[in-house]
Amino acid sequence: MNKATSTPLDSFRRHLIIYGALWKNSLVREMGFKVNFILWIFVEMLWFALQLSFFAVIYAHTDSIAGWSKWEVVLLVGASHFVQQLFTAVFLTNVTELSELIRTGKLDFMLLLPVNTRFLVSFRKVDLGGFVNAASALGVMVFACNRLGLTPSPMHIVGFFVLTLASLVIHYTLVLILASTAFWTVRSQGIVWIYYNLFNVARIPDGAFSGFYRVVFTFILPMVLVANVPVKLLLQKLSSPGEMLLLIGLAASWFVISEAVWRYSLRRYTSASS
Amino acid sequence: MNKYWHVINIGIQNTLVYRVNFVFRAVFGLIPLMATMFLWQAVYAGKQRGSAIAGYTLGGMLSYYLLVTVVDALTAVTEDDWQIAADIKDGNISQFLLKPIDYLRYRICLFFSARLIYVAAAAIPVGLFIFWHRENFVLPASIATWFLFALSVILAAMLNFFMSFCMAMLAFWVLEISTFVFIVFAFEYIAGGHLFPVDIMPPTLLNVLSLSPFPYQLFFPVTIFLERVNGDSLWRGLAMQACWMGVFFCLAKYLWSRGIRKYTAVGG
Repeated sequence: MNKATSTPLDSFRRHLIIYGALWKNSLVREMGFKVNFILWIFVEMLWFALQLSFFAVIYAHTDSIAGWSKWEVVLLVGASHFVQQLFTAVFLTNVTELSELIRTGKLDFMLLLPVNTRFLVSFRKVDLGGFVNAASALGVMVFACNRLGLTPSPMHIVGFFVLTLASLVIHYTLVLILASTAFWTVRSQGIVWIYYNLFNVARIPDGAFSGFYRVVFTFILPMVLVANVPVKLLLQKLSSPGEMLLLIGLAASWFVISEAVWRYSLRRYTSASS
Repeated sequence: MNKYWHVINIGIQNTLVYRVNFVFRAVFGLIPLMATMFLWQAVYAGKQRGSAIAGYTLGGMLSYYLLVTVVDALTAVTEDDWQIAADIKDGNISQFLLKPIDYLRYRICLFFSARLIYVAAAAIPVGLFIFWHRENFVLPASIATWFLFALSVILAAMLNFFMSFCMAMLAFWVLEISTFVFIVFAFEYIAGGHLFPVDIMPPTLLNVLSLSPFPYQLFFPVTIFLERVNGDSLWRGLAMQACWMGVFFCLAKYLWSRGIRKYTAVGG
């Protein structure tokens, strides 16, 4: 009864308060293992450095890849890392733990709580190290802009973050759909592996791709767009707003699809034991 | 010896459960592989036709990555390190201390059976992919190369296994080994030749790297197959590979014997 009278704004505020509490929990949890926390940040930075050095080695042998200069690609690798780390910070652990919730039947408990289950499953834990790594990716991007002599206007910066948000939604919805297969298969250890492999594509200049591969990874699974479009906006490489609209449109479509898949999958849930 | 055949048999049956998983792994592994191949095509497109980077023509470069996929399927350690660490953490190794089975040999048998099933599962997707790119996949002409390649692949597999075993031994001393595993994996990834052929890096760096174990985990067998290494440097490479394998075998033995003294059989 109470629910019927609450406005969307109330609901939003309530979820925000809950998310604040979840943040606090995560902080306490992470600080229980400080060394591990720092080591993970180190690991992520090492892998980021590794991706950058891959391109450093390639650019020792060439000046341009599909029309992209060295520092433009650094910007691209930085943006791709930025989105991935934001995704890791907010969603990755939660989404990959879905199969565990299903296997052990702990999902029962979440279904009973008076909160949207998808909200709870998606935002349960926060990986704070991800934010630190996202910040380091931003640092690299600022440095690359500097080397390119690029000072983006406030409009471009806002546009960049809006497009990044769309990319984040794409990451989240695609991986949630993947994780939902756990309602059928119960275990899904491969999800993180599939995720890293798929989004590996994002850090490569879009002009390199062609044919069927390009069509699939642009219009269906838009890995080619998620980092390329925001960066092309900053570099003013976009000839028309078409690609931006495509990215945002695909983010919206995948969100709608993921909601349908989520509802359909949840109906399959039969709980475990007990 | 007979009992270890049983272990292999059980290992095969257990990993057969993961066959679909393995096929998925192999198929999704092709997505970044294709992306990398597109990237190199774009790099060479900006150059004159037929030009080479550090001795790699476009065809040579693409065949390098195809071979990396093959050798990786044959030699990489997938789950073994996590499983060994979990065995230690959960106290499962207690039973091996009581039975007349050597845990290291037991794990080698399981590693061997897992590779067998993985190769069988990956054969169709990877085989089709290579067939599609067959113009870039040149088989070595001489029989000797095939023989040396096989030898080097076996050494690489054993080296990979013993290195992973050593990493897993950390579980005797620390709770979480995954960060350490990923740090070493990063070095394997770049210095082992996963990301790009190691020999396109500056020669001084290459000389330092060839003293480390990493290039012998993957890069070296690949170069044998591509016939980019021959004569003295080939024999020296094989010797280095065997040496590193020996070093990590001894280290694995040593860490195990130190570890079980520290072992408290949690939950056992």
